[in-house]
Amino acid sequence: MKRLMIEQPSRLAVSRRQLLQTAAGLAGASMLPAGLMPRAFAEDRPAVGTFPAGASGSSVFIGITVPRTGTYALQGEDELKGYELAVEHINSGNDLIKQISPKTTKGVLGKEVKFGVADSAAKPNEAVQAEQRFITENKAILMTGSTSSAVAVALNKLAQREKVLYVTGISGSNDTTGKDCVRYGFRQCFYGQTAAAAIGPIIVKTFGKNKKAAYLTPDYTYGHTVTKSMTDYLATAGWTTATDQVAPLGAPDYSSYLLNIANSGADVLLNVNWGHDAVLSTQQAKQFGIFDKMKLVVPYQTPFLAREAGGDLMSGVYAATDFWWTLEDKYPLAKMFVAAFEKKYGYKPEWGANNAYMQFALWAEAVEHAGSFFPPDVIKSYEEGRKVQSTVGEVYFRKEDHQLVRPVIIVKGKAPKDMKNKEDYYDVVEIVPGEGLMQKPDAFGCSLGAYT
Amino acid sequence: MISWPNFVSQLFNGLALGALLALISSGLTIIYGTLGVLNLAHGAMFMLGGYAGYVGYQYSGSFVAAVAAGAIFVMILGVVMERVVIRHFYHRPNEDQLLVTFGLGICFVEIVRLFFSSQSLSVPPPPLFQGITNLGFMYYPTYRLAVVGIVAIALGVLFLLLYRTRLGMIVRAGIEDSVMVDSLGINVDRVFMVVFGIGAMAAGFAGIVNAPVVSLTPGVGDDILVETFVVVVIGGVGSFPGAILGGLIAGEIISITSMFNPSYAYVMLFAAMTLVLVVRPHGLLGAAGRE
Repeated sequence: MKRLMIEQPSRLAVSRRQLLQTAAGLAGASMLPAGLMPRAFAEDRPAVGTFPAGASGSSVFIGITVPRTGTYALQGEDELKGYELAVEHINSGNDLIKQISPKTTKGVLGKEVKFGVADSAAKPNEAVQAEQRFITENKAILMTGSTSSAVAVALNKLAQREKVLYVTGISGSNDTTGKDCVRYGFRQCFYGQTAAAAIGPIIVKTFGKNKKAAYLTPDYTYGHTVTKSMTDYLATAGWTTATDQVAPLGAPDYSSYLLNIANSGADVLLNVNWGHDAVLSTQQAKQFGIFDKMKLVVPYQTPFLAREAGGDLMSGVYAATDFWWTLEDKYPLAKMFVAAFEKKYGYKPEWGANNAYMQFALWAEAVEHAGSFFPPDVIKSYEEGRKVQSTVGEVYFRKEDHQLVRPVIIVKGKAPKDMKNKEDYYDVVEIVPGEGLMQKPDAFGCSLGAYT
Repeated sequence: MISWPNFVSQLFNGLALGALLALISSGLTIIYGTLGVLNLAHGAMFMLGGYAGYVGYQYSGSFVAAVAAGAIFVMILGVVMERVVIRHFYHRPNEDQLLVTFGLGICFVEIVRLFFSSQSLSVPPPPLFQGITNLGFMYYPTYRLAVVGIVAIALGVLFLLLYRTRLGMIVRAGIEDSVMVDSLGINVDRVFMVVFGIGAMAAGFAGIVNAPVVSLTPGVGDDILVETFVVVVIGGVGSFPGAILGGLIAGEIISITSMFNPSYAYVMLFAAMTLVLVVRPHGLLGAAGRE
């Protein structure tokens, strides 16, 4: 029903001769180590996407689309705060940014970073229209934003078509760096496969083998791939699926789905819903007495879920996530980030904000390392697989699918009486290293596409 | 492979779901039937009822006070909205009416977002109706059972108002033929204001009654608005009994379909609406010629 349809008209009429010339030039250029290229040459590159127009002034522009309305609005606002903090840090040459991107002084390659924000309402068509506008009117050199994988996949396609880099916001679907991966797209955060591989062993250890699971699945690429990854993993421990309740994004009521679950005989409820859907469905599950019969697991944690669901709903519940603020005890960069964020916004950052911050920081690092905004150079800089410091330790991008190799954080909800302060909702129970969690790069059908 | 306990549960749940839809839809259908204005801000008014109730609850700690606050606030808002904006649109094209109510709806939602942010808020059910009730064949949240009763009473009051009072007689006459009512020397202008207030109050009341079932966000009315339209179309535009029938049908379709394949629940709802439009274009209980 919600299949994504993005037209991809071929807008560039390139003759075969031109194509050959360009390809030959690029092949030659790619043999030179990026560091050896003189700066003057770097700025003489052929026009690709919004380059060089977008990088010729004293500033560069980033187009941001986050949902500020609809089911994912709260998470979108939080994500936006992460972006804003990152831009502020990049432009001022903050210490934290310099830890991640050592070559950064002020701005990116000395240029001030500016940005525009548009509301996507978590809808792919609105996000694409907004980014198209940023490309045309502002010559955006980078695009970002999404808290829905449907948006991330659509912007991936736009990025590849327009040859403008896109770093995803929140996107949990396997498809984003799987079958819908693109050369121009990069993802920082965890996703269905790594979430399942990280939390799966803990679920099996906690609840045992050969159990019955019920799923609440949002009806789009994120929900389907996360549920599939969880089902596949748990099947290896003899688990079966008692019921999979697929609901549309933003469903106003979950009662009929929850009755099916209540009557399914499942032992564990895996709630894959996200944003306000996760809050509402969890609260209503409680109203229907479901947690008297079965335990809750959250395979892909929603920022603010514990706070919004209220009471002790998340107490004792295992969840997989990308970042939790108490990681500051382990990672110095996390400590700097949490402190800076809290100082500016007055609360502890959630993983959406951390993801947003890191995406910009990693982009700044990649551009500084490339020494140019020329998109193919920046992409190759990302693809070097360089180890970079982050708020969760050392990370790197996998060149085959542009997925960051990074740990998945397993948290467990605290009982209200054990909370040391009002934002102390979770204990970090495990930090699972990334490498072992990931599928083979081509397992989900990723084919990155062309550089130009 | 129908599980009978689940079937009975879903049948019952459809009734509860439908009751609430009926209440929200009745406000929409009364306004449209009488005034000819399709109020696209109806979902936002449903949302405002919830938030006004939330504020009322925060100050008083009483659920009854919260319901009163939600209903009365939205009724007053409805009257003001009708006097200041809507009445200037009665004689303008339908698309102008759609645009102005749609725009007002967006304004309401964003104003609420400005003050309350997008964070979910909860209004607990009254102590009497907290917890879960064992119905023998199923466990069901006590408050949802209460909602069926509350909605039945509210719809009963609306029925008495529409069918047993002089005002109701005028409203129903207005639905059938507003030109004739006007030419009989009845002050249609004032009636319109009252009708808009009552329709808005129904939305606000539904909003706060629904609040303990869902968690409040500024967008809570957006999704319900679509369902409300479906209910009105199925039941018959302008028909009060039609809104009730349509609500119950919609509730049952969502519940029963979800038992077989949840991802088709809303598809089936729209399929049913399409079927009604083809077979009975004026809705199940609507009459031709109403506009």
